[in-house]
Amino acid sequence: MPDIKTEEMLLNMGPQHPSTHGVFRVVIRTDGEMVLESESHIGYLHRCFEKVAENNTYIQVVPYTDRMDYLCAMANNLGYAQTVEKLMKLEVPERAQYIRVIVTELNRIASHLLAFGTYGMDIGAITPFLYAFRDREMILKIFEKLCGQRLNYSYVRVGGVTFDITEEILADIQRFCDYFEPDTIKEYNELLSYNGIFISRTAKVGVLPADLALSYGVTGPSLRGSGVKRDLRKDEPYSIYDRFEFDIPVGTGEMGALGDCWDRYMVRVLEMTESVKIIRQALADIPAGDFCDKKAFRGVKPPKGEVYHKIEGARGEVGFYIVSDGTTKPYRVKARGPSFCNISVLDALTSRGDCMVADMVAIIGSLDIVMGEVDR
Amino acid sequence: MSAAGVLLTGFLLLGQTADPAAPASGDAALAVAAQEAAAEASMAQGESVDIAGAARALARERGTNADQGGIWIEALWNQVIDPYLPFTVPEWLLVAVTLLLVCALVFGFINVYALFAVWLERKVSAHIQCRLGPMEVGPHGLLQSIADGIKLTAKEDIIPRLADRPLFILAPILVFTGVLMRFVPLPFGQNLTASDLDLGLFFVAAVGSVEVIGVIMAGWASNNKWSLFGTIRTATQMVSYEIPIGIAFVAVIVSAGSMSLQEIVAAQRGWFFHWYVLENPFLTVLSIVYLIASLAECKRAPFDLPEAESELVCGFHTEYSGMRFGLFFLSEYAAMYLVSAVAVVLFFGGWWTGLPFLDDLGMSPTSSPIASLLGFLLKASVFVSKAVFLVFVQVWVRWTLPRVRLDQMMHLCWKVLLPVSLVCLVGSTLWHLACGGSGLYGLPALLGF
Repeated sequence: MPDIKTEEMLLNMGPQHPSTHGVFRVVIRTDGEMVLESESHIGYLHRCFEKVAENNTYIQVVPYTDRMDYLCAMANNLGYAQTVEKLMKLEVPERAQYIRVIVTELNRIASHLLAFGTYGMDIGAITPFLYAFRDREMILKIFEKLCGQRLNYSYVRVGGVTFDITEEILADIQRFCDYFEPDTIKEYNELLSYNGIFISRTAKVGVLPADLALSYGVTGPSLRGSGVKRDLRKDEPYSIYDRFEFDIPVGTGEMGALGDCWDRYMVRVLEMTESVKIIRQALADIPAGDFCDKKAFRGVKPPKGEVYHKIEGARGEVGFYIVSDGTTKPYRVKARGPSFCNISVLDALTSRGDCMVADMVAIIGSLDIVMGEVDR
Repeated sequence: MSAAGVLLTGFLLLGQTADPAAPASGDAALAVAAQEAAAEASMAQGESVDIAGAARALARERGTNADQGGIWIEALWNQVIDPYLPFTVPEWLLVAVTLLLVCALVFGFINVYALFAVWLERKVSAHIQCRLGPMEVGPHGLLQSIADGIKLTAKEDIIPRLADRPLFILAPILVFTGVLMRFVPLPFGQNLTASDLDLGLFFVAAVGSVEVIGVIMAGWASNNKWSLFGTIRTATQMVSYEIPIGIAFVAVIVSAGSMSLQEIVAAQRGWFFHWYVLENPFLTVLSIVYLIASLAECKRAPFDLPEAESELVCGFHTEYSGMRFGLFFLSEYAAMYLVSAVAVVLFFGGWWTGLPFLDDLGMSPTSSPIASLLGFLLKASVFVSKAVFLVFVQVWVRWTLPRVRLDQMMHLCWKVLLPVSLVCLVGSTLWHLACGGSGLYGLPALLGF
């Protein structure tokens, strides 16, 4: 029998692919079903956020921050607003602080719900996706009532929030919390988290050791999945996060290996519970008063200087570095998108030779990237 | 395109009528397969003469009319139509018309069923996912499938420029033909079958492989890397899972003493514990093995790797559109019914309700024509209902479970299902030798029931 000539296959995954979560392209070198090496290509969604920001006033930049991580826009708004406030040394009214915490945590739940649903879909379970969307819809309805927007809120602004939160909306949020936790999360765990096939697909797959994660600058649930207990809400509390009781869930290696896809996934599910905990406390304590600093709403003109501020978004550290030259427009804005740093570790995870094409999808999904934020 | 499939099936039927001993004389490869089957069958008989004989005796005892079997249309013709015709119809015309009629009926059944099954799948998935599903076209969206079918046929027929044209065009036909041919020996009720082949079960298993060739052609001809991935996965999967399925077939053949689907069902007559699923514990396990393996053979979740949407976009039919895609779609749903119907034949008592007083309706030679007709209709509807229920189970599983990975799929097949099925085959055979066909693990016989 003559020798059969075999060769490796170069496969283009993306930019139009169902499970790259946006226009993301990975070139993978495959030997049959095994992935030998992968190379990520980004930039298909680049919109020059940083350059655009230089040509707009401080308030005009806010809507652009929405469109970075469009699944957790509140956190981006908050990160940007707080950076400018830090530059201006502006104190935000107490009520606005509470509102900001409530909406950011609600948005975190919405974002994690989407991550949960799409991850299930990546693994092949389509039903959890629709369950997650059903519950996410409740949050979006609340936001719609609050600020008229479902995705790009521009709700948190320099000096406070755009609209006051009404008693009715507070009651809606309370109702959502009671519905969501613990019953619905328990249902999700039964449906997907502890499903045998799901565990076999995600456990011991894409193991991300803590040192590798730290060296790549991975943050957020992806880092905590590797067992590193780092969360800016606890470590460097901003806003009023130091007033609340909550835990930081970290990966435990429960399903075989610390830092595998299942750990990263589970951290998100557990974080939803913690967010509900924070919202419940904030709802109980929310004081009456102003919801914004009227002066800051009329115009923002920070003094000369530069500042970096970071907060914990749904995907990790959302940081803004702003240089001001004393005018109404920022001289330079640099945004740190957590997805951008998180995705950089992908090639290291998939080029070890133990990854299959199906795992590729599982790993990309477990990093929970938003391409709008990767490219900005 | 579908006409080719129908014609091929027609040829097959023709071969069957001409020479019942060699059911697949129309095709050289199939003839070889048939010879092998015959050799295997005679070997099996040689080893287990007693078993087969005992089963036959049992079947006769229960009043089965296995020997009176035949094409049911013939009976209809001889008794109802022919006597009242003013002229005699030549034999050859009769045969030709009958064959075409049978083909058209089977083909029509597949089409009507597929329309219903697509609707069922969409409805069931919708209700599992807290949605309503199609609601606009017809009551509760019942006519949605027809609208979709019209859309598919009216769509532009696209063949990629770099595709291998002849193979690309041939592939969906071959896949559909492979499925359609498997419907030939399949019963729809008592004596209600296109052709009751003596080697029916073997034929079902053998012809199923044609589908794999079509799939490989589709993936290769598309000239698309994702399609190629899907193809390799499909071929791996279907070839692997045919083995546990084949072993499940053999175990049932040992118990029934026949490969004819009609006779296998006939042997399960009586109380529901005479169904092979309750015959002995080994057959119970084998029925589960068969159901799992048939999910894989139909490329259904959790074994839908060939079409894994999140990984391979659409698998081997990524590049297909319009009615060519429609044919793949149709064959998928037809195959779902087919494996379910075979499961019903093998394990779940075929057309028997499991309650003798119902089954006996119209079965005695002295019963009135009305009773016969009622019994006939009852059996047909029982059979189809059972099969559609198993189709529902497949849909249910699909919308509940995630997808396994390729290596896990192979692990399940070769390291779990295959050893289990082999052990069960031996166990079932020994049990059958020891206890005979008393059913329900032999308990009723022990209790003198």
